[in-house]
Amino acid sequence: MDMQVPKKKLGLKERYTLMTRDLAWDTSYQPKEKVYPYADYEGIKIHDWDKWEDPFRLTMDAYWKYQAEKERKLYAIIDAYSQSNGHLGVTDARYLNAIKIFLTAVTPLEYMAHRGFAHAGRAFPGPGARVACMMQAIDEMRHAQTQIHSLSNYNKYYNGFHDAPHMYDRVWYLSVPKSFFDDAITAGPFEFIVSVGFSFEYVLTNLLFVPFVSGAAYNGDMGTMTFGFSAQSDEARHMTLGLECIKFILEQDPANLPIVQRWIDKWTWRGVRLLSIVAMMMDYMLPKRVMSWKEAWEIYFEENGGALFKDLARYGIRMPDCCEQIRQEKDHLSHQVWAAFYNYSAATDFHTWMPDEDEMKWLSQKYPDTFDQHYRPRFEFWREQQQKGNRFYNKTLPMLCQTCQIPMLFTEPGDPTKICYRERDYKGSKYHFCSDHCQHIFDNEPEKYVQAWLPVHQIYQGNCFPEGSDPTAPGFDPLAAVLEHYRLNAGRDNGDFEGSEDQRNFEAWRGMAKRND
Amino acid sequence: MQIDLRTVSIKPQRQTYGHIERRFGDKPASRYQEGTFDLQPTANFHYRPTWDPDHEIFDAARTALKMQDWYAFKDPRQYYYGAWTLARARQQDTAESNFDFVESRNLGALLPEDVRQLALDLLLPLRHVAWGANMNNASVCAYGYGTAITQPCMFHAMDNLAIAQYLTRIGLLLGDPGALATAKEHWLYAADWQGLRRVVEDSLVVQDWFELFIAQNLVLDGLVYPLFYKTLVEDALSLRGGTAVAMLTQFMTEWYAETAKWVDAQIKTACAESPENAALVRGWIAAWQSRALDALTPLAQRALGERAGAALDDLATQFAARVAKCGVPA
Repeated sequence: MDMQVPKKKLGLKERYTLMTRDLAWDTSYQPKEKVYPYADYEGIKIHDWDKWEDPFRLTMDAYWKYQAEKERKLYAIIDAYSQSNGHLGVTDARYLNAIKIFLTAVTPLEYMAHRGFAHAGRAFPGPGARVACMMQAIDEMRHAQTQIHSLSNYNKYYNGFHDAPHMYDRVWYLSVPKSFFDDAITAGPFEFIVSVGFSFEYVLTNLLFVPFVSGAAYNGDMGTMTFGFSAQSDEARHMTLGLECIKFILEQDPANLPIVQRWIDKWTWRGVRLLSIVAMMMDYMLPKRVMSWKEAWEIYFEENGGALFKDLARYGIRMPDCCEQIRQEKDHLSHQVWAAFYNYSAATDFHTWMPDEDEMKWLSQKYPDTFDQHYRPRFEFWREQQQKGNRFYNKTLPMLCQTCQIPMLFTEPGDPTKICYRERDYKGSKYHFCSDHCQHIFDNEPEKYVQAWLPVHQIYQGNCFPEGSDPTAPGFDPLAAVLEHYRLNAGRDNGDFEGSEDQRNFEAWRGMAKRND
Repeated sequence: MQIDLRTVSIKPQRQTYGHIERRFGDKPASRYQEGTFDLQPTANFHYRPTWDPDHEIFDAARTALKMQDWYAFKDPRQYYYGAWTLARARQQDTAESNFDFVESRNLGALLPEDVRQLALDLLLPLRHVAWGANMNNASVCAYGYGTAITQPCMFHAMDNLAIAQYLTRIGLLLGDPGALATAKEHWLYAADWQGLRRVVEDSLVVQDWFELFIAQNLVLDGLVYPLFYKTLVEDALSLRGGTAVAMLTQFMTEWYAETAKWVDAQIKTACAESPENAALVRGWIAAWQSRALDALTPLAQRALGERAGAALDDLATQFAARVAKCGVPA
């Protein structure tokens, strides 16, 4: 045998470079602008993609190995949970409504993230950034699918889980998450990655994970808990990517700072508005509470997020202006949003209810400055009415904010007795906003936001009835027609939790499981 | 709470999600079905892409191909993320033991020098071809229509990246970083490679995503993989004592056999839809096929010497048979 000269061992970084960015080359038969047509139009200046620091060094062989291990475990648990009727072990059937919202409002966003990162993973001229984005693209597909698979068993037994993709494109409140992600994916690749990779993944994801994943753990939902924990190791990678990306952009050219700052301002506020639905889940929908929304906000945004912004201060990034209003709203947000959903519960694919006395006590204790004064009297009144058989449903359609698309339910900063309205004339039409910040976002890109598909406008224009409907026919019931168009089964999927089929079935099945007769 | 449910049987309200039931009936659905069908939003988009204002976010008009139902593009492998990852992890185990086998027995050093050099010269520049394939499949996933075809393209893109990385490891095992640099130099400047590089770069700017799918996954891969991994590595090099190289490219050979079935199923579906589609597909194949064959000619000559002409004829014949089997009109 020949004598072998031992090969010099490559360093991890050097080896990873050969495995990724060394694969790329500068094209010469086609100009760079045609190969990467979306790289310049946002005004972000990148002088040297080689300065990109890979936030993690994962080659495909290692990726498959780790991920396959995680998938094997996850699906084993999902199967066991389903086979043992694990759904009967949740605290109470009200909890299931939180994960209905997850499936209709969050899972489609995972899918959108998958496509968005495929776009960014194609569009960036830097191979390091491309590889990281593409890995995130398949991770996001993983999240969408593991959620669909975990929640599939709930769909077999409970109402409201049955048509998530159809509803995501149509149901009024789902235009809030949908417009959020449509906004991100229609932006250029740089804004996309700042919006999702940074503002959402990095700054706000914890606030989504605590109520859903810890909430699931607290409420006996092993299915959701398992995909949540399994996704978390992916999220750690995604957060690193988001931060690396923003630092890279800022280090490349000082002219990038004002653009990035504007995006951070915009996406922090967009994210906070989107999370208002999460606030209500934490305070109202988990039978066993993890912590209050306000507490979660203080820990995960004010403390952790604050530290992050301090870290970015050396690049010139400052806290977004909206933070002051967010600070004031944290005492009010969950109550106002729950009240709105309680009102419009005839048109949702999940149930609502008024908190019981113990829960009201918890709310008073967690919100000593606001709950008893502003919200308890209203809630007690509604509860009383409901007990008298007078459950209140608001059947008048609300005005929506042109930007975040949430009904005008938020109050003026500093005055919780007055609804906040802003309006703006643009090219002969009037546009309405829930806040100064949503109005500013509109003002920066009016041509984008005038396009918004506002569910209430669309209903009034007759675009949300089943095909062939005749709204002029005698006895035409517009609400019933809209619900049919949503594929929402009136009387089963919607309305108050008290007396619902879910409630009855859960009780009966749990009874069967406990008794021997 | 521990509940013993051995004697309890609860009748489900429904077997699967509504959109799955409408497609496949009210019966238990597979994970592939639930994780794939109708996942992509189709209506009421809020804003037009600032990067493509002529189209919606997801827009069937980004290709000239027309389909009644874009979910006709089923994946015969039924890959969703979990199934794909598990399949690839198994193949990766095999690939890893093959690399170990070659490395631990020092088989690289035992290769005849001309075989080793030919393998380096002809396989390493394919790293860049695989990188181009990765970009193109990311493109189809980003701009294509319907999860049934966009999802496997993203998996395919990652497979392409993995193949580029296996080739890199082959370069490091049979050569050193200098060998990779030389191969890149050849890719960029050597006359032999310029035809192929031009075809790859031209594919990077194709706007119609289904044309791109055909150019990359059917035509380019359909000619490159049989020529390099079958004819060159498995036949020619093995005869000359180069079996070790075939061990190192086993992943590519098996991957190509598996993915070709999926690619063919897509082509078949597109052509079966309408004569207009079939004509489009035929035109795209014809355009890319002749360019790709021209580009591969000098490389085949380099690889196979005087047998190149016959090998290229075989390649073209087999490719024509494959295409015909997919229902593409002559």
